[in-house]
Formats: sequence, structure tokens, C-alpha cells
Amino acid sequence: MAATIKQQPILQTVGLTRHFRVGSLLSRRYLHAVDDVNLTIGGGQVVALVGESGSGKSTIARLLALIYRPTAGEIFFKGQRLSERRSRRDVLEYHGRVPMVFQDPYSSLNPVYPASHALMRALKLHQPELSHPARRRAAEEILASVGLTPPATFLTKYPHELSGGQRQRIGFAVALACSPELILADEPVSMLDVSVRIGILNLMAELRRLKSVSILYITHDIASARYVADQLLVMYAGHVVESGPAEDVLAHPKHPYTQLLLSAVPDPRAPLTSMPAADVGEPPRVVDPGEGCRFRWRCPYAIDVCSTDTPRLRELRPSHTAACHVATSDMETARA
Amino acid sequence: MIAVKPLLEVDDLTVDYDADAGAVRAVDQVSLQVAPGEFIGIVGESGCGKSTLLYAIARLLSAPATIAGGSVRLKGRDLLAMDEEALREIRWRDYSLVMQSAMNALNPVLTVGAQLRDTIDAHDAIPKEESPNRSAALLRMVGIDPVHLKSYPHQLSGGMRQRAMIAMALVFTPELVIMDEPTSALDVVAQRSLMLQIKELQRRIGFAAIFVTHDMSLVSHFSDRLAVMYAGQIVELGKTRDLFDDPKHPYTRALMQSFPSISGPKATLQGIPGSPPDLAHPPAGCRFAPRCPLVEPRFRVEPPAMVAIGSTLVRCHLYGRDH
Ligand SMILES: Nc1ncnc2c1ncn2[C@@H]1O[C@H](COP(=O)(O)OP(=O)(O)OP(=O)(O)O)[C@@H](O)[C@H]1O
Ligand SMILES: Nc1ncnc2c1ncn2[C@@H]1O[C@H](COP(=O)(O)OP(=O)(O)OP(=O)(O)O)[C@@H](O)[C@H]1O
Ligand SMILES: [Mg+2]
Ligand SMILES: [Mg+2]
Repeated sequence: MAATIKQQPILQTVGLTRHFRVGSLLSRRYLHAVDDVNLTIGGGQVVALVGESGSGKSTIARLLALIYRPTAGEIFFKGQRLSERRSRRDVLEYHGRVPMVFQDPYSSLNPVYPASHALMRALKLHQPELSHPARRRAAEEILASVGLTPPATFLTKYPHELSGGQRQRIGFAVALACSPELILADEPVSMLDVSVRIGILNLMAELRRLKSVSILYITHDIASARYVADQLLVMYAGHVVESGPAEDVLAHPKHPYTQLLLSAVPDPRAPLTSMPAADVGEPPRVVDPGEGCRFRWRCPYAIDVCSTDTPRLRELRPSHTAACHVATSDMETARA
Repeated sequence: MIAVKPLLEVDDLTVDYDADAGAVRAVDQVSLQVAPGEFIGIVGESGCGKSTLLYAIARLLSAPATIAGGSVRLKGRDLLAMDEEALREIRWRDYSLVMQSAMNALNPVLTVGAQLRDTIDAHDAIPKEESPNRSAALLRMVGIDPVHLKSYPHQLSGGMRQRAMIAMALVFTPELVIMDEPTSALDVVAQRSLMLQIKELQRRIGFAAIFVTHDMSLVSHFSDRLAVMYAGQIVELGKTRDLFDDPKHPYTRALMQSFPSISGPKATLQGIPGSPPDLAHPPAGCRFAPRCPLVEPRFRVEPPAMVAIGSTLVRCHLYGRDH
């Protein structure tokens, strides 16, 4: 019994879809930001979401944070439909348990308050049992844990007095102050140098280990995803095109986009050689895209069926799926 | 020595943020020369003064920041002595800046197309009727579907807004492009293709660039020289290849060793031990001393001078004459 309870995911989406109307007021053209995404985040699990810029990663995070409503599909939080949680109290409670760290630290902090205001407020709201001095101590501890030292000076600074990376860490600190069960972290380390970045990654690992916090980790830093994530999801043009255990996806990428993405991650320690031939692809078409694989215009392996049928995720290795008509299954090869 | 006259000359530039609790010296005696057509990368810890340096060069600092010393010359003209009007004339035409806050820098009430058009129309050289085509071409160049000419900034993803700002900074093809973490919101494929486009433009038009980044692979492939900053100072400056092959300063070495890799054994991630210095109270002597594995007692008292080793400059006692 205990085992089954433990196995219930903290968050699950079924056919999650979000379209936006684009163009002029009367146009009937729809941008497919997110299409038919099935995502499962287990308790204490770190799921990394990587992929093309503009492929719908932030939109997914915003859907999960109840900022956008889905066009179709459903989100389940611990088995309960999120569409049923719409009272202010419910939503507030949900935001405390599932805080979001926004991608842009320049628009997410209120300029009229000290940067610690949001942090103190989150502590007050979500840990009301703390006395005032205890709250201050907790705030300083959190600031130090994200490398904002000496923490006392960061309690009084205003957003405009902070560097980009310092703002970004305030955003993460606020999420920590909520006593979260799941953190929706949208590019939480993009403005940090590698050393400070490692500090945050280790903090994420610790949160998971000690407090069983789950994390949706949206990032462009694929190497970092390898270190903290259990599962890796790859998005292209609104679709999840590949998903599986992080190490397996990185070692055996199946989708041609994943292969392109991984081949573009250069090793800074490797000798400086000339760049590999670049893929200066066209932007993907996500406005009224119709049927077919959205990567086909850039795909070196595209065949006829790719322009008529949208590929579904298929299991090509154990627990490792890819949405591609051409990719071959290791399991079939093994059986043959 | 340098045959061509430098495009940009920064000498002993020093910037303070005045505060009740005492001044924060965010940039301390930074000297840097940029030759025409040269790409220079700047790396360093979060909060070490990189953006402040770029802002000071571009003359975009505002109170409580004050330039406490030094000079900035662009094509021989003293930028620090210019008034707003003179600056307005050369900003965007002679140099442009992509700010770190680029994702948040577009006007929220105007469409992307309108903003590109305004920028282009301000430039006499292009006939007005060509600007819509030019806008679409610019967006396509940075990998954005021109359907977004009609979109408002909030309708673009973070990386798309960042790319739109880069497109604007290149409209005028200035002689110096200053970019603060221009690709922090881009996936590696988009980043690579964008940088190749910029390099291609650079080859055709010949502008120089200074860019701040945390992405060492970006630097390793796209910068001719690399400046490493620590606590407001440049601690190492040299050819990118030399800094990668043979980093001199212990901070540069630690930085180069910290990068996680997507292949090979998965060792525990180790950052640089110790905490970043408080710029309001920087350590006496060498600023890296409290975290340096090679520190000697004297280093904690005496500040190190810049030493030249070949074509690399390094601010470290280990290379001093009396060591
Ligand atoms: N409010 C909105 N209205 C209209 N279109 C939107 C809106 N929000 C996002 N989009 C569109 O949805 C698509 C996905 O955007 P999203 O921000 O989710 O991308 P992303 O994967 O987070 O990209 P990045 O890595 O650049 O941040 C983009 O094409 C964007 O233009
Ligand atoms: N208005 C201000 N008042 C006081 N201190 C400030 C102010 N603006 C910036 N600072 C401080 O100056 C230092 C340098 O800031 P800067 O933005 O130049 O850093 P950075 O190197 O660009 O960092 P990042 O990589 O995080 O963007 C930081 O420690 C910051 O806290
Ligand atoms: Mg995003
Ligand atoms: Mg900065």
C-alpha cells in the first residue's frame, strides 16, 4: 500500500495543449505553443525540460502554475484535477506548494520594494508559525544558501542594486521560502557563472534528497541537466519529441532534433577547432502547423510519411520514447 | 606594437556605486583595448562588475553610479567628456548595446514590427518603403518567424525577445557592438547559428564586439581575446586560445575546471570553494586570496600588480618579479 501511495505522481498532465491566437484581431490563425503534452513528475523527482527557444517550455511552466488556462487537456496535482482548484484560497495554497521561478529576473521583481520583500512575504504567508526574528534568520539562511553573501546586505538591497545573476538567485530564494513540494524552475541558472551555478544545482540535489522536493528544471544547459535530472524531456515546436531517463537520452538520443541539439553542445575543454557545419535552420512553423512532423523541414532523414502523419511518442529503448517515424527501436533490433 | 589604432581604449576605468553604507567599487582600474574587427569575451563571477563595466563604456550609468576615474575613448574621442547630445548622435550609429535585461527591454505596448520599423526609419540610409522587408529579413536572420512582426513582446518567448534585441543592435551596423549575456535564453543550436550569423556579418562589415557571457564554449569559439574579471578587476587578459590551453591565474584555472560535461564519468560537481567577495569591503591584498589554493601570507596584504607573460596579462603574485 505504502508503495502505491509513493508511486502516485505529484503532478501529471494529460494531453496538455495551449494555443494562442496571432496576427490581427480578426485573424483565425493559431499559434500552437504546446500540443498534447503528457508529463509526469514523481515525488522527489527532478525532470529537466530542454529544447529549442520558443518551443513551449515556459508556456508549460505557466500552465502548471495556473497563469495560463489550457486550451485542452488536464493537469492533475496529486491525483486531483487542477481545473477544479479555482477559488482564490485554493490557488494561493497551490502557489505555495508549487512555486514558480520566472525566466526573466528583470521583470519578476517589484522595483519599489527591497528585493527581499517577496522573500519575507513568502515566509510570512507559507510559514506563518515563524516569529519575526526567526523569519529574518530564515531569510538570511535562504539568501546564504543561494550564494548571496553576506546575507544581511542583500536583505536591504533594491532590485536595481543587484546584478542579473543576483536577481535570478532572489527568484530562486523566494521559491525556497514557500516550503515547496514542487518547484517550477524556468531557466533558474541562465545568468550564473559556472561556479555559482554549481552551487544552485547542488542545492537542488540537496532539496530533493533531504526534503523530497520535486523540480521541473527548464534549462538550455544540457550538461547541468545530466547532473541533477532523473528524467529528460526534449521539446521542439510545441511537441515533446523525446523523453526518458536523462542519462539514457544523452547517451542514446533517438530523435534527429535531440541529436542535433547534443551535437551543438561543444566541450569548452576540447581543443579549439573550427565549428562544425552549422545548422542555420528556418524557424519552425507553429502557426496552424497542420499534420506532420514539425521538424521535417530541417530533418536530414525525412521521408514522405513525415509530412502527412504527426509522429507519436514510441518506446524505442526501455522507458525511453521518441516521436519520430524514422528512428529505430533498439528493442526490435534486439529481438530480431 | 599594435599596428592598427585601437577602436576602443579603456584606461584605468573605475566605477563606484555610492551608498549610505559606503561605496561599492564595482569596477576597479580596468584597462582594455579593442582593435577594429576584434571580438573580446568577458567572463567572471556573478556580481563581479561585468555589466557595470559595459554600462560605463557605453555611458549608460545613472546615479548612484559615479565614474571615479579613468578614461574611455572611441575612435580617439573621449566618451566620458561628451554631453548627452553628442552621445545620442553616436550611440547606435558608432556603437550599440544589447543589455542583460534585453528580455525586458522591448516596449510592451508596441509590436515588434513597429519597434524594428522605428529603429530602421531613424536611419537615413534606408528608403522608407524598404523597411518592412528589412524588418522581416532581420527577424529571419535571428531565427524568428516574421509572423511575429505583429506580435507584442509578451507574446514572444524569452529567447525570442533576446534575439529581437540583438537584431535591433545590428540594424545600424555600428563599429562596436557591446553585448551583455546576449544568448543566455537560447538553446545551443539557436545560439550557434546566431553567433555564426553575427560572425558572418562581422566578416562583411567589420565591426568589433565586446560580449559578456557565462558560456565558455561560446567564448572559446567566438572571441579572439578573453578578459577574466574577479571582484571588479581584470585578473587575466589574453588570447582566448592561450587562456584555455594554459590559464595562469588561479581563478581562471578554477573556472576552467568547473565545467560539467555531457559525456564521460559523472564526478560530483565542484564549484570554487568560498564565497564571492563583498565589494563594499573587498579583501585587502589580492582579492582572490581568501579562496586561492596557492595563497601565501604576503598575498593577503599586498595587492598584486598586472604582469605580462608573453601576450597575456595576469594580476597575480605568483608571477611577480620578486616571486
Ligand atoms: N501570451 C502569448 N501570446 C501569444 N503567443 C505566445 C504567448 N506566450 C507564448 N507565446 C508563443 O508560444 C511559443 C512558445 O513560447 P514559450 O515562451 O513557451 O517558449 P520557450 O520554450 O520558453 O522559449 P525560450 O527558450 O526562448 O524561453 C512561442 O512561439 C511564443 O511566441
Ligand atoms: N545601484 C547599485 N547600488 C549598489 N550596488 C550595486 C548597484 N548596482 C550594482 N551593484 C553591485 O555592483 C556589483 C556589480 O554588479 P554588475 O551588475 O556589474 O555585476 P555582473 O558582473 O554583471 O553580475 P551578473 O553576472 O550577475 O550579471 C554587484 O555586486 C551589485 O550588487
Ligand atoms: Mg522560456
Ligand atoms: Mg551582469
